Amino acid sequence: MLLDLQGIEKYFTGVAALRRGDFQVEAGEVHSLVGENGAGKSTLVKIVAGMLERDGGVMLWRGSEVNFQRPADAHANGISMVHQESLLAPRLTVAENIFLGRELETGPLLDQRRMERECAALIEEHNFPLRAGWRVEALSPAQKQLVEICRALHSASSLLIFDEPTSSLSEAESAEVFRIVRSLRGRGMGIIYITHRLDELRHVADRITILRDGETVHYSPFSEVTTEQIVHHMVGREVSTIYEREPLPPGEELLRVDLEEARLTLHAGEIVGVAGLMGAGRTELCQTIFGITPATEGAIYVRGRQVEIRSPQDAVNAGIALITEDRQKTGLALPLPLRVNITLANVDAVCRAGLVNGSREEKVAEDSQQRLQIRAASIEQLAGRLSGGNQQKIVIAKWLFRDARVLLFDEPTRGIDVGAKAEVFALMDELARSGKALLMVSSELPELLQVADRILVMRDGRLVAELPRQTTQQEIMHYAAVGK
Amino acid sequence: MKLRSGMLQKLLPFFSLIALFVFLSLASPYFFTAINLSSVVRQTAVINIMALGMTMVIVSGGIDLSVGAILAFSGTLGTMAMVNGGGVAGGIVVGILCGLGWGLANGALITSLKIPPFIVTLGTLGIARGVTLIISNGLPVVGLPREFALLGEGSIAGVPFVLLVLLACAAVAYVTLHSSKLGRYTYALGSNKEAAIYAGIPVAKYTVAVYAICGMLSGVASMIEASRLMTGQPTAGQAYELQVIAAVVIGGGSLSGGEGSVVGTLIGAFIMGLLANGSDLLGINPYLQQAIIGAVIILAVALDEARKRRFSA
Repeated sequence: MLLDLQGIEKYFTGVAALRRGDFQVEAGEVHSLVGENGAGKSTLVKIVAGMLERDGGVMLWRGSEVNFQRPADAHANGISMVHQESLLAPRLTVAENIFLGRELETGPLLDQRRMERECAALIEEHNFPLRAGWRVEALSPAQKQLVEICRALHSASSLLIFDEPTSSLSEAESAEVFRIVRSLRGRGMGIIYITHRLDELRHVADRITILRDGETVHYSPFSEVTTEQIVHHMVGREVSTIYEREPLPPGEELLRVDLEEARLTLHAGEIVGVAGLMGAGRTELCQTIFGITPATEGAIYVRGRQVEIRSPQDAVNAGIALITEDRQKTGLALPLPLRVNITLANVDAVCRAGLVNGSREEKVAEDSQQRLQIRAASIEQLAGRLSGGNQQKIVIAKWLFRDARVLLFDEPTRGIDVGAKAEVFALMDELARSGKALLMVSSELPELLQVADRILVMRDGRLVAELPRQTTQQEIMHYAAVGK
Repeated sequence: MKLRSGMLQKLLPFFSLIALFVFLSLASPYFFTAINLSSVVRQTAVINIMALGMTMVIVSGGIDLSVGAILAFSGTLGTMAMVNGGGVAGGIVVGILCGLGWGLANGALITSLKIPPFIVTLGTLGIARGVTLIISNGLPVVGLPREFALLGEGSIAGVPFVLLVLLACAAVAYVTLHSSKLGRYTYALGSNKEAAIYAGIPVAKYTVAVYAICGMLSGVASMIEASRLMTGQPTAGQAYELQVIAAVVIGGGSLSGGEGSVVGTLIGAFIMGLLANGSDLLGINPYLQQAIIGAVIILAVALDEARKRRFSA
């Protein structure tokens, strides 16, 4: 046995990311690791790759206990991780990327020729469609993934970890990755294969381990489980619904999206959920509706009338708001006070004779603070100083003041603690009741089931199913991971 | 308590200016005289007015390296218009419009080509300087109407006329930056451009406006410069951009955007003016003067950074 993990634990600021991680890899096998977002898969493999240190449990490598403090320790034992392509330096060549941080030198100079030669040999050995001298920025996503595989192969020969290698690849490109994975297995390497796409497991997996909430809940040869069983293990028992939303009879149609990849309608008083795996195109759908990446064909209708949305301005003017998944990056001006953030999308409404009217603006900000119960010392407190939940409320307040009627929530509870989540849900419910239409993208299935009136499922950039609110996590996961 | 010491630190540039003023009054009998003080005002007015525009640009997260070149262009063309039948008023209008034109060009290039402002304005710096020399043949414009001298050297009831111009510009800049929609968006752009886009703000339009104002104020400054020299100098304003940026930065402006104020910039410009004037009065070697001003820039920013670090914890 190559790797044997027993009862691995890992905590981040007191919160358990892994409680009991059990996992083994033999030489010459592909062992696939699956679980929902946040189940602890990445944490587990990062411990194996020396990027994190475990807080408890035993890690045996070839039968003896090891503790890797940095990736170099793992490399020294022949273990390496294939990262997402984003870790490559785009302006450098394939060879330069593969040797980045471990360049070969002759005296004070780089030994370019030897690095290129070794890189070319590696590429040839595995028959990759690459050249050592190509610039990485000119490569396709699949080729970049191959460069990452080369990097990993160059530093390790015993165990390779693939973390969602196909998430940005087309079907044909994915098939190429499967071929490479199988060929590495044929050379006697151990392979850990993480994926969200259950349907691709049959191309590569020999064994499967399923994590849920930081614990290993199942492992077996892959041939002994069905997709339904895998989904069941990933989701676990039925989660009792703590927050039960009383649905309203849907009112007037506020938004209709008629795009090739997605057709959907939002009515006043509705909260419609959007489920899907990472990279399924949920965020992209919101960005298209909001005009960040305008649709090239198809049409968007607001209250039955077609609107041309070419920019966020157009969307805002049409009464559409986007509460983004990354508040810090796209939602708030963190160095500015919450007063300024709240009125930012509608400064005209607090202007008198072209100038911002201080007292009017203060009143708006104070009213918003009170109505949404934003916990801040004053409206002059800087947005960057507030907690995630309160920051989220500022973003919502901004759009309420703009009087948006269609609100697109992209992962509204990300980075928010449990108490504040309930408040955000209550607020969303109140908004629906006041006649607004809400679209809610979330990776947290229990939350979707609690809050949404119906749930749309996306997979590979398309809407593949519309499910009623009585649906189950299993059913959603089935459509999200397998499609039909 | 924390807040109070924070306020104190924020007012540091202001107290530095006062301290410098008091020190120079004691150190030199010639400092606190009407003649000397009005000469300080006249000397710093040009940099001061340009710095007002630069404050807006820097708060928006940008930079404008072309202001000195715009000053030369506007000064040359304004004075040429003046001696070729435009009269004093006509010449001044031409000078200001030239500045506005270059500012609009900067903004349009930055937003349409999506090139960083540093590069665009480095380019327009070269273009404006070159074109100025071509138009003027490298020769200064002379024979300006005598009344034109009033702008730079005249006084009203003992108050230098340029001080009034400066105060008027500062008042307009203050209201624009601190209470107009344009000003609000300028801070938002510099604080988080992405968030501004996602808030539906027409970012390109306001970016152009900011550079246009900066260019226009360089046009205003060019007329004061020309009036003080009573010539249109095609080589005027060499390296002014650096002094202007320094004034903004000493006054608390941050080159990463979102920070800066009109009052801070005025203080920054006057600190630089007093350092130059004081060094002259105290007979300090002019070579050393340059070094002192350089050190003050670093010191001012270092203190400001220390303050921010302390209060962001």
